[in-house]
Amino acid sequence: MKWESLGQFLAMGGYALYVWGSFAVTVAVIAVELALLRVRGRAARKAAAAPPEGDAS
Amino acid sequence: MSASAPLAAFACVLRRDLLLALRRRSDVATTLFFFVIVVTLFPLGVGPEMSLLRTMAPGVLWVAALLASMLALGRLFAGDYADGTLEQLVLAPHPLGLLVGAKIAAHWLVTGLPLVLLAPLLGLAFDMRAEALGTLTLSLLLGTPTLGLIGAIGAALTLGLRGAGLLLSLLVLPLYIPVLIFGAGAVEAVAGGLGPGAHLSVLGALLVLALFFAPWAAALALRISLE
Amino acid sequence: MDRHIRVGARRRVRGAINLYYYAAPRTFYPLAGRMARVFYAVAVVLGAIGLYIAFFVAPTDAQQGEGYRIIFLHVPAAWMSMFLYVVMAFWAAVGLAFNTRLSSMMAQAIAPTGAWMAFLALWTGALWGKPMWGTWWVWDARLTSELILLFLYLGFMALQAAIDDPRRADRAGAVLAIVGVVNVPIIYFSVQWWNTLHQGASVSLTRSPSMAATMLWGMLVMALAFWMYCLGATLTRVRAIILERERRSDWAHELALGKERDA
Repeated sequence: MKWESLGQFLAMGGYALYVWGSFAVTVAVIAVELALLRVRGRAARKAAAAPPEGDAS
Repeated sequence: MSASAPLAAFACVLRRDLLLALRRRSDVATTLFFFVIVVTLFPLGVGPEMSLLRTMAPGVLWVAALLASMLALGRLFAGDYADGTLEQLVLAPHPLGLLVGAKIAAHWLVTGLPLVLLAPLLGLAFDMRAEALGTLTLSLLLGTPTLGLIGAIGAALTLGLRGAGLLLSLLVLPLYIPVLIFGAGAVEAVAGGLGPGAHLSVLGALLVLALFFAPWAAALALRISLE
Repeated sequence: MDRHIRVGARRRVRGAINLYYYAAPRTFYPLAGRMARVFYAVAVVLGAIGLYIAFFVAPTDAQQGEGYRIIFLHVPAAWMSMFLYVVMAFWAAVGLAFNTRLSSMMAQAIAPTGAWMAFLALWTGALWGKPMWGTWWVWDARLTSELILLFLYLGFMALQAAIDDPRRADRAGAVLAIVGVVNVPIIYFSVQWWNTLHQGASVSLTRSPSMAATMLWGMLVMALAFWMYCLGATLTRVRAIILERERRSDWAHELALGKERDA
């Protein structure tokens, strides 16, 4: 194993802020995109489920 | 129809647009005034130190010229769109790309050329040397038509949309970057003791490319916007 | 119901999968859902392998210490942002040339994911630049080109969002995407030229001389994981777009009602 302890792994040789900052934002971006997709898909299904008469647009 | 009909149509549109511009001279003045005032703002923002201003001059003048010509784009098709002339042009038996080219040419003569002529005068206020001023004029002469050609595509795409002006700037400004880099670069190269030849040839190449493709792309965009 | 059976019979023509069958939004909708699930699963598996290589197999870089591990996100995100722009322009052009609605919808679905990738490439680039160059932002040719690429994505999305008529939005977006894709090499070349002229930052993440094979493998696996994720996200978005546009059709109405009951 490359890392001797969890603390050493988290410290990333002094680059913790940069390395974990990158990974955290990547995870956040993916989470936000998937959440937005879910909201959009749900809204689209709701709009399609509505009776055609009620659709004003 | 004679063989020279397309050329006659080109000349006709060009003459018409120039006449219209002559009747509404305030539009031209607005563009020029915008150019002058943006350039004036920079010394007020960064301070009057001449050596700093001299290094900044090519970039400042080029960015100001770019913004001014972008601002003028809104009027390229808007008037003809509002009064229905544009639909007549689309239905005309001549290639639409050619007619659009004529409109762009007229637009450049009215808004681009005055900028080119005014720029060296403003360059003097930034203490630019004579050969740098010459290169500035030459680079603007080669660059501003390209700006108009690329901008015409954006103007055609945003025709009649809400907030078209702001949207147009978002679409067009990233595409202006190569022209800005080589235009300002030519002047900086001269100021730095190098020849402007390479930069000017690239600017020329960009102009030729834009001349070949942009009118047709703008014509296609117009058809899409009008249907 | 009879119509459903007839459509189903056309799914295969002489043993081969009929591509035209799936080119219709209605038939593509369920297929896209199944494909998206597969791509997400592959992305998770590849991502796990890639992260394992990134953190436990790849050695410490001689020059950049552990800080170089940002590369495992930065390079895949940058690759995807560029690749997706070309794919987007391709589908937009196909939609413009052949008037196929689904292609245009694909182009529209790709844009936000591409923009997110460009954003990630910029963010990780900045976080990598701070310890290596000492500043958050350097006007380096790659970073600057990436920023312009983000602007191009945003312009494409803004144009489509401003046009109410979907047909005009598709076609106008296609013209812009094609103009953009022609310009991307010119922009990249000009930014490179500008950068060498001004002698900007010369440290390059990917041109490190001591690039170990495991680093390269980690990067490739992560790039594949990003690719699979982008495919999944794009397909999920294209499903939403299909429903939004076809919401007044019978099949979409029935499908949405069925989904509502299941939920």
